[in-house]
Amino acid sequence: MLEIRWHSRAGQGAVTGAKGLADVISTTGKHVQAFAFYGSAKRGAAMTAYNRVDDKPVLNHEKYMEPDYVFVIDPALVYTSDVTVNGKDNTKYIITTHLPKDELIKAQPKLEGKEVYTVDCITIANETIGRPIPNTPMLGAFMKISEMYDIEFFKESMKRILKKLPQKIVDANMIAIQRAYDEVK
Amino acid sequence: MAFDKLELNEIEVWDGNHAAAQALRQAQVDVVSAYPITPSTAVVEGYAKFKADNLVEGEVVMVESEHAAMSGCIGAAAAGGRVATATASQGLALMAETLYQASGMRLPIVLNLVNRALAAPLNVNCDHSDMYMVRDSGWIQFDAFNAQEAYDLNLIAFKVGEDHDVRLPVVVNQDGFLTSHTAQGLHPLSDDDAYNFVGEYKPMNDMLDFEHPVSHGIQTEEDWHFEHKARQHADTMNIVPAKIDEAFAEFERISGRKYNHIEKYDMDDAEVCVVCMGTSVETAREVAKEMREKGIKAGVIGIRVFRPFPFADISEALKDLKAVAVLDRSAPGGAAGALFNEIAGSLINTDTKVLLSGYIYGLGGRDLTKKHLVDLYTELQANADAGKLLTQQQQFIGVRGPKLAFL
Repeated sequence: MLEIRWHSRAGQGAVTGAKGLADVISTTGKHVQAFAFYGSAKRGAAMTAYNRVDDKPVLNHEKYMEPDYVFVIDPALVYTSDVTVNGKDNTKYIITTHLPKDELIKAQPKLEGKEVYTVDCITIANETIGRPIPNTPMLGAFMKISEMYDIEFFKESMKRILKKLPQKIVDANMIAIQRAYDEVK
Repeated sequence: MAFDKLELNEIEVWDGNHAAAQALRQAQVDVVSAYPITPSTAVVEGYAKFKADNLVEGEVVMVESEHAAMSGCIGAAAAGGRVATATASQGLALMAETLYQASGMRLPIVLNLVNRALAAPLNVNCDHSDMYMVRDSGWIQFDAFNAQEAYDLNLIAFKVGEDHDVRLPVVVNQDGFLTSHTAQGLHPLSDDDAYNFVGEYKPMNDMLDFEHPVSHGIQTEEDWHFEHKARQHADTMNIVPAKIDEAFAEFERISGRKYNHIEKYDMDDAEVCVVCMGTSVETAREVAKEMREKGIKAGVIGIRVFRPFPFADISEALKDLKAVAVLDRSAPGGAAGALFNEIAGSLINTDTKVLLSGYIYGLGGRDLTKKHLVDLYTELQANADAGKLLTQQQQFIGVRGPKLAFL
């Protein structure tokens, strides 16, 4: 069982990202589950979304999760939410930030000793898609860190999932995914 | 008017609401009369989008309240159409009057009830208090434990409800958010297979059949009211279960997926068992399997058909067990849980020695964790070993503050 928790603000696309990832993984024969806590359901409010992936059908519907990966797609949430809650010793954190990793960890000591990766999904999204929607770049970074799929396969899959969007937006998302894949560290 | 078909993949990643909307599309519903409410809105939104995309021929009627939504469904069904809608929580509460009209008029409407807590305090998350509120309204009630089942049971609901020996409205329950907004892989039928299963709608006593004029919504008072109600109830108890069996069997032939009035998991040699509904059934199955590795002979029963209630199936499945926990996701307000009462009623007048305890859980979306269920099975085993209940009969799972227990 692979489990992922997303930290996001409502409107940043964590639900779409989690469902898109589930869709891609499902095409490779795995069983998936993607859900979210909507909290107060207001745009901009902190929220969490979740993925479960397994070789057998996912029966567990508890909201409680000890994630293998934590995605933080809004840079302020490492300060205002506890992104390490229910973490395991080997949980990997992929965090959107403009800070170098050591400065980020100094600013949020809870990340000390954790396996932390950083990537500036907000800047990447602004410069490619033209809007601060950091969900697809985060998935590009995840492909790099997890080595789950070849990045070209992943981008082709995401093109299918995004196919209802205008071609220009789809192309921009592909650049954003590739940039995050290349820039995460 | 021609409409387009959709080519679906063998596996689609859908949430429960979208799965229900796809089933309504494939059933080629004539009228969806609806008013939006979280978490059910996406069902009718999805259908309206199919309509806009020329994927259905039906009409979408947006009304000013849930009372009007069901009234629209009743009018359209009485006129002779295949009809469906969706609601939740307060929406269902406002519909309640008209639900009794629909069943009393024998109108086969399908209602997607996306289970949500009732205010106050206001809460959009899952519990089963809306399902319970209308349990005596004369509707057939199915319960889905995941998105696949929400899809399947919608198709089955049309098949059962529209049968001329049944002619009853059907509620398809799914857990708000836990199913309705949770995406999972599911295996849809092709458009043709789904429509052929449901079949062309054959109205009965429809008002638009001008050759055979009929009255609907009549007044009877004491000379006939009781006979209407008693005979309809008798049909629900005596005829409907076999009709549901027929539909389940035919659905298995085309899909490979077998449904039953109660869904038994690892019950053949079980000594302790949890009975519940909704997504909790699946989580309990996972925990039961883990408990077996610890030497506890654990089973799970999920209630698939909540109305008509499967008294005989329950009695047969539970009477030889040692200890059974019944989980109710609704505050009983001065009684035992409704499901607990039904289960107890199923076992009365048998020679069973089973120890029955009731648990209220999950109100307003409170998480039911695997840890909760491990503790629950452990408690059941302790009851079984002691040969008596070691706790009070009614307890709560996952509530903060001082421990509460009754009866």
